[in-house]
Order: sequence, then C-alpha cells, then structure tokens
Amino acid sequence: MPGAVTSPTESCTIPVTGMTCAACSARVQRALERTTGVASANVNLMTDAATVAYDPGVTSPERLVETIRATGYGAELPLPEASSEDLLDAQDEARATELRSLQWKFAVAAVAGVAAMALGMAPAAMAPGTAGPIRYLQFALMLPVVGWAGRHFYTRAWSAFRHHGADMNTLIAVGTGAAFLFSAAVTLFDDWFAARGVEPHVYYETVAWIIALVLLGNLLEARARGQTSGAIRRLIGLRPATARVLRAGREETIPLAALRPGDEVLVRPGETIPADGVVADGTSNVDESMLTGEPTPITKRPGDTVIGATLNRNGALRVRIERVGGETVLSRIIRLVQQAQGSKAPIQRLADRISAVFVPVVLSIAIVTFVVWFDVGPAPPYLHALVSAVTVLIIACPCAMGLAVPTAVMVSTGRGAELGVLIKGGEALERSQAIDTVVFDKTGTITEGHPAVQTVVLAPGVDRGAIPDEARLVALAAAVEALSEHPLSEAVVAESRRLGAAALGAAGFESRTGRGVLGTVAGHRVAVGNTALLLELDIEPGPLAKVADGVAADGYTPVHVAVDGRLAGIIAVADPVKPTSRRAVEALRRMGLETVMLTGDDQRTAASVARAVGIERVLAQVLPERKLDEIRRLQSEGRVVAMVGDGLNDAPALAQADVGVAMGTGTDVAIDAGAVTLMRGDPLGVVAAIRLARRTLRVIRQNLFWALVYNVVGIPIAAGVLYPAFGLRLTPAMAAAAMAVSSVSVVSNSLRLRRFTPKGQP
Amino acid sequence: MTTAQIAVTLLGLAAVLWVNWYFFVAGRGVAVAATVQAGGVQCIRVEVKGGYAPAVIRVRADAPVRLDFHRDESNPCTEEVVLPDFGIRTYLAAHRTTPVSFTPAAGTYEFTCGMGMVRGTIIAEQHG
Repeated sequence: MPGAVTSPTESCTIPVTGMTCAACSARVQRALERTTGVASANVNLMTDAATVAYDPGVTSPERLVETIRATGYGAELPLPEASSEDLLDAQDEARATELRSLQWKFAVAAVAGVAAMALGMAPAAMAPGTAGPIRYLQFALMLPVVGWAGRHFYTRAWSAFRHHGADMNTLIAVGTGAAFLFSAAVTLFDDWFAARGVEPHVYYETVAWIIALVLLGNLLEARARGQTSGAIRRLIGLRPATARVLRAGREETIPLAALRPGDEVLVRPGETIPADGVVADGTSNVDESMLTGEPTPITKRPGDTVIGATLNRNGALRVRIERVGGETVLSRIIRLVQQAQGSKAPIQRLADRISAVFVPVVLSIAIVTFVVWFDVGPAPPYLHALVSAVTVLIIACPCAMGLAVPTAVMVSTGRGAELGVLIKGGEALERSQAIDTVVFDKTGTITEGHPAVQTVVLAPGVDRGAIPDEARLVALAAAVEALSEHPLSEAVVAESRRLGAAALGAAGFESRTGRGVLGTVAGHRVAVGNTALLLELDIEPGPLAKVADGVAADGYTPVHVAVDGRLAGIIAVADPVKPTSRRAVEALRRMGLETVMLTGDDQRTAASVARAVGIERVLAQVLPERKLDEIRRLQSEGRVVAMVGDGLNDAPALAQADVGVAMGTGTDVAIDAGAVTLMRGDPLGVVAAIRLARRTLRVIRQNLFWALVYNVVGIPIAAGVLYPAFGLRLTPAMAAAAMAVSSVSVVSNSLRLRRFTPKGQP
Repeated sequence: MTTAQIAVTLLGLAAVLWVNWYFFVAGRGVAVAATVQAGGVQCIRVEVKGGYAPAVIRVRADAPVRLDFHRDESNPCTEEVVLPDFGIRTYLAAHRTTPVSFTPAAGTYEFTCGMGMVRGTIIAEQHG
C-alpha cells in the first residue's frame, strides 16, 4: 500500500476481538464504513483487525473504537510505546497477582495431597468393604486440585499444543493428567477393572503432590525472577518526580516531564538533581555513587557539570539544565542496560537449541519408557509403566535450561550498572572474560588527562630580543596551541594565562597530527611539537636535546618550541598519574592479564609513566590513526585484546579491539563507544568489569552444566535405568520436588551475582 | 511377546512418530506479510497465546516494522518477548497489546519468549 503514505487521510489498525465468522467481520466493516469521516474500512477475520482510512479532522481512532464496540465486539487501540516505568509497574502488578494466586493454589494442592495420603494409608483403604468409598473420597479431594489449583497447566498446555508448541506445562499436564485419568477410571469402573484382573490402584496423592510441588517451585522461581530486574528498577527509581524551577524570578515546582533545557533549577541539600546540567551558582558536595560507583562525593562549583539523579549533599545549588528526558545520562544508562538485558550471549545458543526440541523429545522418552516397562518390566506391567512414564515427564525441567543464561546476564549487567560499569550485553560479557591483554591509551586512563606545565627551559643562544624570558616563550607557544585541541596544548595555554601574559593571535595555523602545530605569531614563525616535528622541519635540537632527554626521563613530556626555524626552548609538561593506576595494573597482572600502554608520547616519557604504574610493554609514539594497527598487531599475536580509552579520540581502536572499554567521567562519557563503559575515570573499573564478566560466565557455565546434567542424569534415572541393577527408581513426587529445586537453584545461583564486589575497590 | 505387548509396542512407536511429526514438522507456520500503514510503518498483530500467531512474519527490509503483540493469556512463559538482534526484551502485559518497533536489515531474525521456548521468525527481504 505505498499510496497510503501520500493519501490525505490517515490510517490505523484496530485489533477487534470476539469475531468468529465472516458475518461478524462484515458487520463491523459496515458499521465502520457508515461512520462519517471514514474513507474506507477493511475488517480481516484472520488477523482480527480493522484497517481504517479516515479523515483525522472528522474522526479519531478513539471514536472508531467506540463505533466497533457499539456493534458488540471488543476493540482497543494498541498502547503507545509504553515507558519503562509503566512496563515495570505492569510486570510488578502481574507478578504480585500471580504470586498471591500461586500461594493459594499451592495451599489447596498441599492440603489435598496430605488428606489423600492419609486416606490412602488408613487401614480402611485396604479393607474390601471400604476401599471403594475411600477411593471416591480421594477422587472428590482431587477435583479442586486438577480443576482449580492445577487447571492452568492444562489450559496453557492446550494453547501451546494448538500452536504445535510444547512447554513445561505440557509435561506437567500430560504427567498428572495420565495419573489422574487412570485413577479416576479405576475409581469409577473398579468392577470392570477387577473383572480383567487389574488391581484397583490409584495415584491421587501423587497427582496432588506433583501439582503442589511444581506450584511451590513456580512460586519460588517467580519470586526470585522478580529480583533479577531489581537493578534497573532502582535506576529508574532514581529519577525525581518533580523539579523546583526558577521562572520569572519565582520558584515553581513542576513535574519532571515539563523541565526544558535552559531552565534553571534550585537543588537544596539532600535533594536529587533533576536532570543533567551545569552549576550556575553555589558550591556543594554531590554524591554520584548511584551512577558512577564513585564512593566519595564530588565537590561541584559554578561551571562544573552535574548529572541528573545524583544526590546533592550539603550546599544549595542553582543548576542550568542542559539535557532532559531521554538525553540524560541516566536515561542513556537505563537504555543501555535494558538493551544489554535483551541481548543474547553466544553461549546461549546451545541452551536454545536444546530448549527448542526439549519437550517433544521428553514426551518421546516417556512413551518409550512406558513401552519398555510394559514389555519387560515386573508385574503388574501397566502400573510400573504408567508410574515410570509419569516420573520421566515430571522430572524433566526445561525451565532450568531456559533460565540459565538470561537470568545471569540480567543480574550481572544490572549489578555492573550499580558499580558504574556498563556492559553492553551477553556477547560483551562473554568476550570480556576471555581477555588476556589490556591496552591502555595512556592519556586520561592511566593519567589524569589534564597535563600541567612543570618547567620551562630556554635555549642558551636564544634571541633575547624576540624572547626575553620564559613567559614570552610560553605566550608564543600558547598563541599557536590555543587553536589546537591536544591536551598538552591546554596545559601550555593555561600556563600562559597563569603567568599573566596577554593572549596573542596566530595566523597561518597548521596542525600536523601526532607531531605538533605551526603558526605565525607577532611576525615570528612558531612551531610547537615533539622531536618528530623538529625532524620534519629540519630543525637541529642542539644543546637542548640533553634537556629534553632529562625532562623525558623524569616522565615529563618535552614540548619543543621553535621560533623562526630555530629551537628556542622546551616546555616540560606532565600529566599526573591517577592514584589507582598502579593498583589496577597490579590487579590485572595478578589476574593473569598482560597490560600494554599505548601513547603518542615519546619513548622515554612513556617508559617513565609505565614504570611508575608497573606496565611492562609500552607502545610509544603511536599516531592516533596507528592505534588501530597496533591493536590489530596484538590480535595477530593471538591475543584477545581489550582497549581502554576515552571513547572520543580512539573510537576506531575501541571498535577494533575484542572489547572496547570507554572510560569517562560524568556527563562526558561516550556511552555508546565501547562494549564496556566505565562511568568514572578509575582504571580499577577495568578490573571490576573483567572480574564481573569472569564471575558471570562462571555462573552461566554452572547453570548450564547443572541444567544439562540434571536432565541428562535425572531423566534416565526416572525412566528406571538403575532399576535392573540396583532396584532403584524415583517416585513421581520425588521427581516433582527435584524439578522444583532445579529451576529455583538456577535462578538463585544467578542472583548471587547481585552481591558481586570488585576486590580492591571500596 | 503377548498380544498386549505387541499392541503397546506398536502404539508406542506410532505415538513417538506422531509426537515428533506434530511438534517438529506440522508446526512449521506459513509466513504472513505485515501490512504497510501511514508513514510507511509495516504493522502486524501477533497473537500470543501458548505460541505466536503468526509465527513467521515477512517484512520489507530497511523499513520500520511494528509488531503489536497481543498477549491473550496470563501464562508467565510468554510474559516477555525477546528480539535479541535488536536488543529488545519487553514485558507483555496480559490481555493487552504491546507494540515493539525496530527496523531490520535484510535477513532472518528470531523472536522468542524470555526463556527461548516459544519462537517466531521475522524474514526481512529486500524488494527491488
């Protein structure tokens, strides 16, 4: 229907319920066609939907729904894309209702089970005169169990069956259904069975116990599964409901949704900052731990960025809002975590393949079990055959298989988010645990990324007319550097400002990536950069070469300043090493990982930083565009490489690495850049991410192993393979208990990840 | 072997064959194409009740798709729908319609319940 796009009318599809025949759809169609404003209507019985083209000026989808309802059929508009909050609330509500109903159903089934067992064991049940009536009594006890407590197993199994599908309900329904129907037949037609030499044996308490235990398992599982999404709930709950905004000089409390960029909001001590913005006035400590995992509150002053949903501790702040709604850091985190939880880990493929065929295969095994017991089992053959087949159906647990991976991924990505470690999904988790080499892009990861000038050295024979002192050299360099975006440039510009020099203008600016910058300042040709730049411009370092060596040996970066083709001096800039870098590198080494430092700095500066933090392998003087090649080279050595960078300047290298780790602070995080995002600039986050990934994969493997072994071992035992040799077999009630424990244990094992704490981090 | 044993064996064999035929062979659904609505969004209503109907959906590649999942049951097995290729895991409220939107490139994609037992397929095809 390509014409629909250009048509002046609008069209909508409304699901219609209750239509059973062509007459029904015709009636709805007629009603719609007669409505004013409707250009055309098409009601499809197969898809249970009405597609209506209408004039939006005359009628609306809501009114069309009314029209359909007036014909006696049900109609509702599809929900708009619901917000995460609404969905979670709906899910909570449904789960609470389900838990309540499961509790009652379990209670009824358990009481009936106890009563049926007591009756069955009573001496009267063996006496010839009373055995029949007691069976009737047991039968009556079972009616609420199969008719109400376990009814949903049968109805759900039937719906799945109609779609050629089979699930856990199918197994329970067939298992308990067979036992119940056989028992009912024996109860109602005992004479007929007796005449054919069949003992009137009933399995009522078995039916009740299976249903009670499976319900108990479902109850525990539902409760545990509710907890797997706890982290995302907490994140969503961080958003305040209202903001106190300053409008026309007056304070006004408005709902969060009404907040706009540019608004100024007041945040009192103890209040939550409503959205991302910049402090306009006031100083306070802000607790960002809920988003970044950073335990110490951070002092915010005018000009500092603040993140929505973080907690203002002690001072009043006036914040100019910059981002609201879906653009905020919190929203992006929530989105990322939700996507991560919707993703599939490659390791799940095996479980998926098994799940897809599981139930029909178990049904087949149960049939074969029945036949084998019937043909070669002890007498009475039909009783043993029935019980064994039912036991096979009941012990099989497809849920454990299906829950093994997703629950672990959900809990782990949620826990990661709480620690400020965002992992993009199952695949990222799986690759993170396999890492053997961690490459740090030095600036901003190992070091603070905010270099500062340490010393300035003038060349001995410098032209004192042009450059009377160090401040003038810095000012000349700063004029050119002001046009560059390199972190070292900022240090030079800041130093010039600090020395009180008037800002100079530069003409003919030219940037040579990875080497330096050039420009004309106050009539002088100024070049600022590293030794590679000197080499390129054919400038002799002269006596300053030794100075540069010394500066570099101390771990500073020598910035060469050449004026009019001669080296005029060296500005030593150092980017301080982060306090936790050394601990992070040490922790990675203890975990068996090799660390590599990648930097554009020259060999000596790089070596000095590497020494300070304990990194052994250094790749220095790597131009930004070569970072990618270095990662490739490491990969060609057969390594699984994680690349840690800021995600802004090194996005290609991050993408090339097996796992790209984007490290940022606050609002500046490049959240989508890597497979892993660290919400704060702490290298220990890398350790936490890899530890979490390893723990998660361990839990997943345990889950899969348990789920597989449970079924692979449990089903044959239930079928009776141990009976010929050891006389050992399971009862259906034992099978039901094992099955309930199996799926609950998988979810509980995944929930252990909630308590994950990266060692070495407070 | 007694007559009863022979009968049970043959019946059992037939039952095994039937189970495997019914669930693995007969269950293969027919692909249903989504309809294009105003704005070029391809929509289709998917009934969720013990399974997905239709379970095989044909759409045009590189154009937005909206699946309106109508979950007409409270069976928790189908309470979530997962489209792993699009990073979507959504809760489907019982007896309600929940839309799920995405834009597929050409290819075959799977959608499953939260545990991967109930399955459906989306076939996105390039049109000349």
